[in-house]
Amino acid sequence: MDQEITIKVDGKEHDLTVDTRTTLLDALRERLGVTSPKKGCDHGQCGACTVLLDGRRANSCLALAVAHDGAEIVTAEGLAGDGYLHQMQQAFVEHDAFQCGYCTPGQIVSAVGMLEEAQAGWPSHVTGNLNTEEIVLDDEEIRERMSGNLCRCAAYATIVPAIREVSGR
Amino acid sequence: MKPYSYVRARDVGGAVAALAEAPDAAFLAGGTNLIDLMKLELMTPDVLVDVRRLTSESIEESPDGGVRIGAAITNSDLAADRTIRSRYPVLSQALLSGASGQLRNLATTGGNLLQRTRCVYFYDTTTPCNKREPGSGCSAIEGHNKNHAILGASEHCVATHPSDMAVAMAALDAFVLVRGHDGERRIPIEELHRLPGDEPQRDTTLEHGELITAADLPPLPFAFNSKYRKVRERASYAFALVSVAAVLDVEEGTVRDVRLALGGVAHKPWRATKAEQALRDAPANEANFRAAADIELEDAEPLRENAFKVLLARNIITRTLLELSEER
Repeated sequence: MDQEITIKVDGKEHDLTVDTRTTLLDALRERLGVTSPKKGCDHGQCGACTVLLDGRRANSCLALAVAHDGAEIVTAEGLAGDGYLHQMQQAFVEHDAFQCGYCTPGQIVSAVGMLEEAQAGWPSHVTGNLNTEEIVLDDEEIRERMSGNLCRCAAYATIVPAIREVSGR
Repeated sequence: MKPYSYVRARDVGGAVAALAEAPDAAFLAGGTNLIDLMKLELMTPDVLVDVRRLTSESIEESPDGGVRIGAAITNSDLAADRTIRSRYPVLSQALLSGASGQLRNLATTGGNLLQRTRCVYFYDTTTPCNKREPGSGCSAIEGHNKNHAILGASEHCVATHPSDMAVAMAALDAFVLVRGHDGERRIPIEELHRLPGDEPQRDTTLEHGELITAADLPPLPFAFNSKYRKVRERASYAFALVSVAAVLDVEEGTVRDVRLALGGVAHKPWRATKAEQALRDAPANEANFRAAADIELEDAEPLRENAFKVLLARNIITRTLLELSEER
């Protein structure tokens, strides 16, 4: 059963006719050719499909395209400027924060969304004082907040420092 | 996925009416559980009625001094809310111990309450499961049941309820506001989820077409002294083996009031009323906390692989109450 939607992806608006079963991830990859969000588990368990959905990180594999008609989506691809990388992308390169690279776009988008959450003062499971005004992103905080992004190459030892470097800026 | 039509209702009344006419329709909110279940064809609605933007996305002070939580508020927003953090920390902690940052940004309060068990046999369509296919049998009773229930189970089902948030809400004596075809009702959260009995296919007491519109937290002034503790197999992003939500009021070394609920041990958030009763007006010390936990767990019927849950529950009840009594 088809339905018409409009979504804005990495700054560009698209009119699409999609089957109601189409996830945002499939709409991006299969219909629009935006392949930076990856299909890992397709069940919301790995985070490879993470995008910013109306400004917040979300698993695009568990979002229906029809339910997000009118949404604004930013993928890892859209984070980069014309001819230069986003500072999180640059930090991942400099820290060698990947091996096969499959989870990397999801890691990077998730990290960007995570930093905004911390900036907004959102606590995490490991935040000692729930009523704190300021979140200090130490390694324990970064690991907890990034736990929705799995890396089967286990590049965590370099992913954490990459994120820590950007968070300190 | 089976084909279905997608409808966005104009308001709550419209959404409820849409389901009243369609016996196989379902409400869609954040979708983090439902869409997954639909991909696996464990749930096959023919109509999805999107309610994500229909109910309230805010937290408001209630006239009785408590707060009303809109059903559409995301788990992230609810956990980060300043009022919840300071007055009901157990709820923030429970939410933050569940799922991942990405999932909490999508998942809603209403949807969290209605998520389904993560029992592996419920998910494995090649095995019998009374919850998925009534009358087919329970594979967990004689199978891999490390993650399963130790309290209130039946010969038909030993699945557990997966929510952390609901455990905190049970300890806080929350009410759930429900809109149905015949109007609105307000039910204690204790009566929302049910034990499996001989109808494990029914997770809750809601009728088809009833929509959760809000959750009410009573004032409970001592709830600022509350805590959620969750034990799981990895440090983050895993369901509870056992969890406890505790709210404690201690005055001059004596327990004035207490609320206790357990997660990961039953088909519903397990309100530990026996332990609560044993503790009221008792000296707040380790021996009494442990004795109260034992009283609650006397009824435990562990399965082949999960006797450890009894000890674990006893230990985390004791430790959590001890911490709450010392921090005052």
